[in-house]
Amino acid sequence: MKERKKILHPHRSIERRDFMKWMAVGTASIAGLSLLSSCDSDKREAFFQDQFKELDENELKAVLERLERGYKKEYNADIEVNATAPMDHVLFGYGLDLSKCIGCRRCVYACVEENNQSRNPEVHWIKVLEMEKDKGADLLHSDVYYNPEQVPEEGHFYMPVQCQQCKNAPCVKVCPVEATWTEPDGIVVVDYDWCLGCRNCMSACPYGARKFNWASPEIPQEEINIHTEYLGNRPRAKGVVEKCTFCIQRVRQGLYPACVEICPVGSRKFGNLLDEQSEIRTIMKNKRVFILKEELNTQPKFYYFYGT
Amino acid sequence: MPVQLNRGIILVSLVLLEITACNPFIQANQDDHISSPQHRDSVADSTKLIPVETFSSDYFPCSDCHSEIPLNPQRRELVEMHDDIVFDHDSENRWCLACHNESNRDSLVLAGGKLLGFNESYKLCGQCHGPKIRDWKLGIHGKRTGQWNGQKQYLLCVHCHDPHSPKFKKLQPMPPPRRPEDIKIDSIYEREEKDSTSP
Repeated sequence: MKERKKILHPHRSIERRDFMKWMAVGTASIAGLSLLSSCDSDKREAFFQDQFKELDENELKAVLERLERGYKKEYNADIEVNATAPMDHVLFGYGLDLSKCIGCRRCVYACVEENNQSRNPEVHWIKVLEMEKDKGADLLHSDVYYNPEQVPEEGHFYMPVQCQQCKNAPCVKVCPVEATWTEPDGIVVVDYDWCLGCRNCMSACPYGARKFNWASPEIPQEEINIHTEYLGNRPRAKGVVEKCTFCIQRVRQGLYPACVEICPVGSRKFGNLLDEQSEIRTIMKNKRVFILKEELNTQPKFYYFYGT
Repeated sequence: MPVQLNRGIILVSLVLLEITACNPFIQANQDDHISSPQHRDSVADSTKLIPVETFSSDYFPCSDCHSEIPLNPQRRELVEMHDDIVFDHDSENRWCLACHNESNRDSLVLAGGKLLGFNESYKLCGQCHGPKIRDWKLGIHGKRTGQWNGQKQYLLCVHCHDPHSPKFKKLQPMPPPRRPEDIKIDSIYEREEKDSTSP
């Protein structure tokens, strides 16, 4: 595997940051100065941490190190938290071959392991819908709980749904605090430290792609993926929203997402939409492609296609 | 760029060497990775695409036994040997010798008579499955792993499709998500309480 480099995210310096800091200091001094002074310095830092995009290089470095220290304490594992910058001239796109998917759910669990999702309560970023061939792609009558001995079941087809990484993402628009946004490479990300947990984004998403941590996540210590990204698979806390990031910690290193790697039938395709030679562009040019709920004008970068 | 290219070629050669060293099925045929689609630069592709090791067989080389056995070109059901093979691949019109060469048992044979190593079996498949092999070369059909912007490993047809019975075999699905009514909220609360009280 390619060595993971720590490349710091380009920063923006915004005056609002200072304003907010002083506001926060003021509020804190009135409300809980005594409480804060009893906290250790890491907790204090976490309290005053800025939104990801407002951190300058030094602040970001300090945040990443603090997070690593915190995870060490919490999970007793050497979790590395990176903030890898997006690559230039890259816009990620995803293809899913509906004529091949057999509904085996290998992708669901590969995703859980790669992205440190909570095992209890269970959080799945991918859900696989089983549909009847007679009825076509009928989302209302699809079944996510199918559990036969073997798949594919006669007369059925399967449609995995995950974050569609919309260009015109409704979830981003409704966030009251800008805790979620679209990165230059097209990935819609969440700053888990900035998320309020209001779940507006969840109700805005027409694909049900966003998941909420209703309780503090449980991940077995031996199953933690220690290669993490700030905007991706680092362990989350209770009360924040999370979702598929195309495995940001993998794809920004040039690797395929975990679901692409695991799929036993090769129905999952991934690549750079700006590269005419990429597999995803070849698919868009040669195959019958559709996007889910096109009428909503969300402009997904997740393309379903029929390979046959 | 030349340095990178060289490094790529060395890497490909190393991987191929390793494969050929541990698998008798792959004869040294280093030029033939994956036939590049015409619109692509073949050099760039060959440094980026690496075949995953093909199947291994306890029976190989076939000539170990078949050189001793006289050829019986009669279509028949095999009973003494290879009776474990279920042949369901246009079995009405084809049988063993449609793909296995009758005079050189360690080779496959194309319809035109050209002999192929087992590592080139995809060419045999492509004789009938034209659109599929085209898509496979483009990375639409089949599976590629590795790097979306760099070196990829690709699987051959026979990795997923048993050539004797090519329909993809059914799989047991992984467990379905928990239904909301089955979530045991008490156990989660208990854990949270324990976590918050523990130092």
